[in-house]
This record gives sequence, C-alpha cells and structure tokens, in this order.
Amino acid sequence: MKARIRKLIQKPGFDSLMASAAAIGIGLIFGLILLIVFNPGKSLYGFSQILFAGFSSAGKFSKVLYQAAPLIMTGLAVGFAFKTGLFNIGASGQYMLGTFFALYTGIIWQFPWWAALLAAMVGGAIWGAMPGLFKAFFNVNEVITSIMFNWIGLFAVNVLLANIPRVLADFYGASNPDRTANMAAANPAAIVPKWGLDRIFGSSYINISFFIAVILAVLAYIVLNRTIFGYELKACGYNRNASIYAGINARRNIVLSMIIAGSFAGLGGGIYYLSGTAQYTIEKILPAMGFNGIPVALLATSNPLGIIFSALFVSYIQVGGEAMQPEYAKEIIDIIISVIIYLSAFSLLLKGFIRRQLQKLARVEAKAASEEEVAA
Amino acid sequence: MNDYIIEMENITKEFPGVRANDRVTLQLKRGEVHALLGENGAGKSTLMSILFGLYQPDSGVIRKNGQVVRISNPNDANELQIGMVHQHFKLVEVFTVLENIFLGVEPTQLGVLKYQEARQRVLDLSKKYGLSVEPDARIEDITVGMQQRVEILKMLYRENEILIFDEPTAVLTPQEIKELMAIIRGLKAEGKSILFISHKLNEIMEVSDRCTVLRKGQCIGTVDIKDTSVEDLSRMMVGRPIQFKVDKKDQQPGDTVLEVENLVVPSKLHKNYAVKGVSFKVRTGEIVCLAGIEGNGQSELVYALTGIEKSTSGTIRLQGQDITRASIRQRSRLGISHIPEDRHKYGLILDYSLADNLVLQRYWEPDFQHRGFIDQIQVKNYAETLISQYDIRSGQGPQTQVRSMSGGNQQKAIIAREIDKNPELLVAIQPTRGLDVGAIEYIHSQLVAQRDAGKAVLLVSLELDEVMNVSDRILVMYEGEIVGEFKPREVTVEQLGLYMAGARRSQKGPNA
Repeated sequence: MKARIRKLIQKPGFDSLMASAAAIGIGLIFGLILLIVFNPGKSLYGFSQILFAGFSSAGKFSKVLYQAAPLIMTGLAVGFAFKTGLFNIGASGQYMLGTFFALYTGIIWQFPWWAALLAAMVGGAIWGAMPGLFKAFFNVNEVITSIMFNWIGLFAVNVLLANIPRVLADFYGASNPDRTANMAAANPAAIVPKWGLDRIFGSSYINISFFIAVILAVLAYIVLNRTIFGYELKACGYNRNASIYAGINARRNIVLSMIIAGSFAGLGGGIYYLSGTAQYTIEKILPAMGFNGIPVALLATSNPLGIIFSALFVSYIQVGGEAMQPEYAKEIIDIIISVIIYLSAFSLLLKGFIRRQLQKLARVEAKAASEEEVAA
Repeated sequence: MNDYIIEMENITKEFPGVRANDRVTLQLKRGEVHALLGENGAGKSTLMSILFGLYQPDSGVIRKNGQVVRISNPNDANELQIGMVHQHFKLVEVFTVLENIFLGVEPTQLGVLKYQEARQRVLDLSKKYGLSVEPDARIEDITVGMQQRVEILKMLYRENEILIFDEPTAVLTPQEIKELMAIIRGLKAEGKSILFISHKLNEIMEVSDRCTVLRKGQCIGTVDIKDTSVEDLSRMMVGRPIQFKVDKKDQQPGDTVLEVENLVVPSKLHKNYAVKGVSFKVRTGEIVCLAGIEGNGQSELVYALTGIEKSTSGTIRLQGQDITRASIRQRSRLGISHIPEDRHKYGLILDYSLADNLVLQRYWEPDFQHRGFIDQIQVKNYAETLISQYDIRSGQGPQTQVRSMSGGNQQKAIIAREIDKNPELLVAIQPTRGLDVGAIEYIHSQLVAQRDAGKAVLLVSLELDEVMNVSDRILVMYEGEIVGEFKPREVTVEQLGLYMAGARRSQKGPNA
C-alpha cells in the first residue's frame, strides 16, 4: 500500500495536480464562506448552484462549452508561450485583434466563418509577434510590452469599429450604436456552424467552437511534445543557455512562439464573436476572457491538454455563478475565481512545499533505515 | 595575553560527498598578515566562511583571544570584530558609497539618521587608511577597485579587528592590485589582523608575514614567508605529483585541425579584454592543454572557439576553413564538440529526459526525425546504445529526468553525446570538475582514446595533476595571454605553478 502511494507520488506531474486541486479546493471553501457571510439562509442553495448548475440541464451545459472554447484558446495563448519561457500577459490584446479581424472580414468582406476565423488568427499573431520581436532583438521584457499592447489593441479596435458603420448594430436597424452587428443580420455565413448540435442540446449557445478549441489544444500538445520545433521551443524555455549551446536559434523561437500564442488568442476572439450569440460592446475595458487565460494556464501548469479541463472548470463555475442570481451578486463568482487565481499563482510555491515535504519524508525514512542497519 | 587573536583548531566540515575541511588548524597572530594558500577547491573559502559564521563546522573549535567562541551567523562574527570582503562584493548597487558603508549600523537619533556624523566618520576613516572613495557616488557608477575600498571601509566602520579578504585581487587590474597591497600594509600598521586568501604566489610573498597552505581540505603546514620561497610554496600547494598515470603511448601529431591567430575576446566582468591576442594550433592525435588559474581568459577563449561568444578580432580556422564568423550550429556540424565548463548552465537541459539530452546536438539529423516529428523510437534506441556503451547509470534509463542523476553520470552523458558525434576537434573545459576519482579516470581515458583515434583535443584544466597527466602539450594562460608552452615531460609542476601564478613568463614560441 505504502509502496503504491509512493509510486503515485513520484509520478511526474503529481505535485502539479495536487497543487492545482488544492488551489481549487481552497478557493471553493472561501466562496462558501463568502456566501454564508452575505446571505446565510441561501448559502447552501448558492453553493449547490456553483457546484451543480453547469450539469443541471443541457442548456446550461451548452453554455459551459460555449464559454470554455475561447477560454481554452486564451489559456493556450498563455500556456504555449510559457513553455517557451515567455510570460504572455497580452492574450487580451491578441484576443481583441482577433475579434476585430473576424468581424471586419466576416462583415465587410463577407468571408465565410472558416476564413474569418483564419483572419482572426492572423490578427492575434500580428499582435503576439510585436512583444516577441521586441524581446528577441532588443531584450525588452515581454510582460511590459504585452501589457502595453493590450491597451493599444483595445483602443485601436474600439476606434476602428466605431468608425466603420457597417459593422455596428444600428446599421442593421438595432437601437444600440455601441455594439457590433448581430451576425445573423450582417452575414449568416460567418456564424460558426452548429452541425445539428443545437438540436441535440436544445440550446442556441452550442456550436462547434469547443471542438475547434479542443483540436487546437491537442495540436499544441503534439507540437510541443512530438516535434523538433516543440523540442527546441521547450529547450529555450527550460534552459536558454543550453539551447544556445546546442545551436538553437533562440531569437527566432521567441518570435515564433509569440506568433503562435497570439494566433491562439486571436482565434479565441473569433470563435466567441462569430458564435451568432455574442456581440462586441465598445467599452474601455479589456475583455476578461484574455486575462482569464492566465489562471486557466496556471491551473493546468501550461499543459495544453490540462488547459482543456481547467478552462471547462472556470467556465463551469461561471455558469454556476450566473445561476445563483438574484440571491447573490454574480461578482461572488469573480471573487472565487480570483481566489483560485491567486492560489494558483501560489501553486508553484505549493508545489515546492509539497515536494520538500515529500523529500523530507524520504530522508527521515532513509535515516531510520540506516540506523536500523547500524543497530542490526 | 595570548599571542593569537584567532585560533581555528581541528576544523572539519563535510559537504555531501566531499570533505571540504579535514582537521584544519589555523592560528592568526595579532597584527599580522596571514595568507591562506591553496588550489581551487582546497577548502580555503569554506574555512573562511566558517570563521565568518556562514557555515557551522562539523567539529573543531574557534578561539578568540584564547576564549572559545561560537559563531553561528555573520552578526556574531561582526560582534567579535571579524569582517570579510567577499570575492563577489555584497553592495547595494543603487545606493551611494556612504549609504552602503553605514547600512545596518546607521547612527540615529530618535529614528532620524545622523547623516553628517556618519559622513564625517567615513571621511576620517578614509583619510586615516588612505582609502580614497567618493562618498556620494553610486556603487554602480564606480570602479571595481573603489567598490572594494568601500567593502574595506565597511569593515573599518564596524571597528572590525580581524579582516578577511577572499581572493581580493581576482577582479582587480594590476594598478589596483598595487594600491590594495599598500592598503593592506597600512591596515597592518594600524594593528589590524588580516587573513588573505589567494592562490597567487607573488602577492602572498609581497604582502604577508606567514602562510598556511591547504590541499584537498587538509592543512599542509604554516610557514614564515621570510624563510620560504615561491618554489617552496608552490610545491606545498600542489603537492607531490601523485601520478595517477594515464596509459598513453607516444604518438606523432599530424595535420593542423584548429588554428587560432591573434584572437581577442572581450570580458563580461571588466572592461579589459579577457583574451588578449592569443595564437596556437591543435593538431590531429594530440591533446593540447590550456593550463591556468581560473579567470585568466580560458573560458572566454573556449566560448569564442565554439561560437557562444563573439571575438573582437583575430581568426579561427578549423581544418583550414575560416569559422571566425560561423554560427554555433555550423561549427558543430563542421566537427567541433564541446564539453562545457558548467554542465548545468550549458551542457544539459535538466528538465529533459536523458534520451532528449543525448540528442541535444543532433536531434535535427534525418536519423532522429521524420518531417519535423521526432522519431521517438530512434531516439530511445540511440539513447540506449549510448547508455550501455558509456555506462551511464540512471534510475529509469532513457526516460530518467537528468536533474535526478548524479553529477558523474550527468557528465558521462555529455561526454557520450559529444564524443559520439565523431568530432574533428573535441574541446573540453574542466571535464572532471567536482567528480570522484573513478569518473575522473574514465573521462581521462576517453580523452586519450579520442587522441589515439587521431582526433584533436583541446583541454582546459585548473588541475595541475590533470594537466601533467593527460596532455601532450601544455599552454599556460595568464591574464588572457599564453605565457609559456611546454611538453609535460620537460617541465615540473612547480615550474608550471610559477607560470600560472604569473611569476614567470617565457618568450612566445613559434607555436604559442
């Protein structure tokens, strides 16, 4: 028994999984405490909504998948770059550019959905390439540049959209001018298809975007773990000096990694706003979807396959949060997620702590064994 | 009153796998300059770190003025008036000289810093000991020599009586060294007791009264400088060449493989050049050894040869082809293999598996990939071949994470990878650093096997035993220049030591 547990513990990734699970657990407990504080009578009802609402109906579950898709993409944008040793905090900006490219090509050029999604990837890639180029050639910290490019992206896109009447909702007779057009009116061909899933799930939210995201996550996993290119990227991330020693072009890899990461985030924007159900609102706020990619990636310790599940989790409790209304403010869910994010940022510390404890245990055991030997 | 201000008796300190200090005794007289001499890894720094409270000895006692004292941290050392100038200075770069000096012992009144008083004291000390500093300059803006004077002032400001200098001249220019020597004499004249760690014999002869020699963690003896000579000291430091004779037959070297002409390489540590116009050749079937004390430009020279660093001027030719501007990958393909100095920094990706590390220099070759996809089976087979051929021991074979392997086996993995590339030129920097005797013997035999197979080998080593044993030709580097060229049979370890310490230099030979 003891031996089997030890074998499990020694498996690579065990401590990562433990750390993520601990972060989620503590976050949920904190959420429960909040619910009790705000409205004790309804706290158990609220908590059960968080835990179970996502599975309560096919409609709710479609919403989980619908929101998970862009989250997977922004999570990949952060996680993929992180594997190369880059902290891509610019997923929001890349997501914005993807949104713009998708809407512009879909509405103005009347692209079909797949072409508009490719355009979204190009938009995100351009925005990802910028911090990559600065990092590679001028050694400017990518965190700073990508934050700045988030805001540049947001306002550039807002200005552009506000000045292209045909992409706005009021052009098609709707009353709100700060919103992009309903795709059903502007170009139905640009809406991501549902392939009958809507009939199966009985919800208009569901479409194939979740499956697109999963395919890309699997692709990212394959690239990172099975190809020469991924081998080089990870080598740069783990040990830049050794990769230079081995003759790997670290600069090129930094730029390529950021381009790929950017295209993932861009696609996230594309699939969300070409769903037919979402309309972009011109606001001075960066889309939360971009930043939520960070906890999604952190929770999965940047493993692309893990990102699928952590994105599903975050989306799941968000749906639960919406179901708690009106008894509770939706913001409680944001707080819970924030706590989890906070703790998942600690996940490295937790991981180190867990590993140290395990090592201590091993040392104590080894010492006991050697003392037994001496005694014998 | 006791004659000795500090006595360290029978100090033993063990680190995992190595006994850094083995019953070492050191007695420091009041008002003397006492040198501590030894090769790299002889245990000098460990001993001084124990005195300064950074390490605790496993056994042995420390006395001050005859009283046994316990020094569990640097604060204790400070209270006992022991100060230390570390090899790498401990200064706050963005603070001024003055702020650095009183940092931690700020004179205050009701919580307000008495700045003028502190300033006046620093200026007085500076004048008294001839330590010229600019009190208001920031550390990052001043020279290394002045930074060192700030470190000395820090000790004086704390009224330390026992001053430890850990290899103080390693980072200084010759002019600054001269100034430092004068400062040390001045400190001695003021009654301070000084411990001076060095492996440069000339400096020790010049400035110290007595000298304690350490070798491989053991105390070899303490001598009066006036009764000794540079030759004696170097023999004590290096010890009898315990010839661990490498089996090697005579062989006539063949064609030139590597030709270096007037190579100049910049330094990352100081503004001067690290390599100052070096020329030499390495031919097939010979092992050329670059001997020298650490930090005399050997590492930079190798980085320039392998392409990791750019050279300022000069040419590098491999088999007649100019590779001065070639990329690292190109050089690797043309037949340079490199066993790097720091296996964790350069040699290995510790989080990769052993198999992935074994293909680090050739994963792109058609054997190991198929349209960009890594051929996992080939990689695994190749790794298994190397593992059995080079006897690399690991927990889980090719899948073992390299981080979990022992240092000796990590090094074997690098050697297997670099030799199996079948290079024309094998460059190895300190390939036996930190390894046990068995692994060292193995690595030496591998180097000789390469030579016997008609390859050219360039070995950089700090260990004189290794230099004498393995090489066919020795080039001694001192301060970025080649100062002597020898056949191992025609030179003694003592003579080499003199050249390495810069006490002697010969005319440049035709090949040097």
